[in-house]
Amino acid sequence: MKKESVEDLEVNLTGEEPVSEGGEIKPKWYKRIRKGITTSSTDKRETPEGLWSKCPECNYILTSAELKENLYVCPKCNYHHRIGSEEYYDFLFDGEEYIELFDNIQSKDFLNFTDLKNYQKRLDEIHSKTNLKDSMRIATGKVNGEGIVIACMDFEFIGGSLGSVMGEKFSRAVDYCIENKLPFLVISKSGGARMMESAFSLMQLAKTSGKLSQLSDAKLPFISLLTDPTFGGISASFGMLGDLNIAEPGALIGFAGPRVIKETIKKDLPEGFQRSEFLLEHGFLDFIVDRKKLKDQLSQLIILFRN
Amino acid sequence: MPEYPNRQFLDFEQPIKVLYEEIEKLKQTAEKSKIDMSDSIQKLQDAIIDKRREITEHLTPWQRVQLSRHPDRPYTLKYIDNIFTDFVELHGDRNVKDDKAMVGGFAQLNGETVMVIGQQKGNNTKMRQLRNFGMANPEGYRKALRLMRLAEKFNKPVITLVDTPGAFPGLEAEERGQGEAIARNIYEMIRLKVPIIVVIIGEGASGGAFGIGVGDRTLMMENTWYTVISPESCSSILWRSWDKKEVAAEQLRLTATDMKGFGLVDEIVNEPLGGAHWSYTEAADILKTFLEKNIKELKSIDPQTRVNNRIEKYGKMGFWEELIVDSTEEQ
Ligand SMILES: [Zn+2]
Repeated sequence: MKKESVEDLEVNLTGEEPVSEGGEIKPKWYKRIRKGITTSSTDKRETPEGLWSKCPECNYILTSAELKENLYVCPKCNYHHRIGSEEYYDFLFDGEEYIELFDNIQSKDFLNFTDLKNYQKRLDEIHSKTNLKDSMRIATGKVNGEGIVIACMDFEFIGGSLGSVMGEKFSRAVDYCIENKLPFLVISKSGGARMMESAFSLMQLAKTSGKLSQLSDAKLPFISLLTDPTFGGISASFGMLGDLNIAEPGALIGFAGPRVIKETIKKDLPEGFQRSEFLLEHGFLDFIVDRKKLKDQLSQLIILFRN
Repeated sequence: MPEYPNRQFLDFEQPIKVLYEEIEKLKQTAEKSKIDMSDSIQKLQDAIIDKRREITEHLTPWQRVQLSRHPDRPYTLKYIDNIFTDFVELHGDRNVKDDKAMVGGFAQLNGETVMVIGQQKGNNTKMRQLRNFGMANPEGYRKALRLMRLAEKFNKPVITLVDTPGAFPGLEAEERGQGEAIARNIYEMIRLKVPIIVVIIGEGASGGAFGIGVGDRTLMMENTWYTVISPESCSSILWRSWDKKEVAAEQLRLTATDMKGFGLVDEIVNEPLGGAHWSYTEAADILKTFLEKNIKELKSIDPQTRVNNRIEKYGKMGFWEELIVDSTEEQ
């Protein structure tokens, strides 16, 4: 039996830059893409044009522009790179046009939580380094002419962790869907709960479920798209509660992180464990969708739900 | 509860152990010498009570965590024995198996039928393994949901007793959808038409606890903890060391007093001096009065209002900052 390599997902939840232990690691790779192509012009000046990117799976080399053109999917091995809300919104919404909603809500350190760094200080630093206010953004626009609200997580923001802001934005997004009779897509990418918000973060599981219950009563479709990686509080709440649960190929999805499971059972994990294909096989996904087909598949589903 | 010498003592309970040992010595001396030592013994017994009070007054968050895991602490079935009558345990999720880490069934509370559900830990090595240390698999959560639906069908209130170090992080648990099982329970509990009272009786660890933890009222016993991660795991992830569990316990604000202060739980259920392990019957009697009061209050509310209130209650939980957006200088 081939064993699955174990990624330490929890490290992303600390909010620190992951430390490389020799060789390419995924979060860094992802950051390079953002800086090279998609962020503001000030960032671009710091990075040379025509940056080359290497696929962490198969080592295939192509330019960042080509990678973007290919929706951040490796043309050789179909590896789906970890991308953020901006990238998803750009290729999903018609003409890259969308309205961002509730972007005036941001996290604050209510508990005065201090681990190796104070939470507020951590937040301030991320706020000054990125345009992100928290780990989830909400936007509305059209997908092949069909109106939709899309909530999307940013792994870059403390590992896409679920805290009060995600819960509140999610709730308001559901209200917006109900008011405007729109379907709801949530793109998940998260290491789990925001530990610095302690029990408040746990309570978001019930808060979001309550809103989903209202969305369900309004008979509006809720599609949950799980991407690499989706763990903990997300898979133990709305991530698994879609009218349809779908996933990108090869995404790591689970409740407990692979490292924790490996330490518990004291055995190597079988190859493919907790990958999208594994979840599909065990009955927890409706289907797996390639990123390049996602947009068309979405609009097709919206029409199927409606007609 | 176990009597000395079968009683177990935590590090900060050692002074009490010393008092017990002194009593034991006096008793032996009294027996040998036929001298009446009952006055001295009584003094030591009073000293034990004083010590229990003293300990209770100065507990750190980490010590509360330790008390919640006290090897002599009463578990779910113990409370069921002492609070309810006519308990009929119901087994199985009707799908995979019967999860021994989760128990439940119909019982009577003062002549009224309720559904009681809770995680169950074992009190010796063999039973601890059988109960999987109170860590349920998906089947446990699905059994719990089956019982809750049964309660809903026959219009009986649900009482859940939470005591778990977490949902089991195993290979099969993942194969059978641990995340989905917990998610489904949370979703169904938020809209269940009958009253739900949740009591944290020991460890309230994260999703594993919350999988039976959504309700109209959440009560926390005095020496329990409830948050999103165990202090040990939090220490290992955020401090990158297993040695910061005490600090993590403080930072997480996981005690009953903290949680009540935040409005995340509704009431604190006091425990016998020094902790519930000092008297199972007293602990159960206190909890019983809380349950009776809350069931009565919740039954007087109509089902739809109850569900709406529940959704609204959780909807308010969280903290954030709303920036004032100047629409003229946007983008
Ligand atoms: Zn590749």
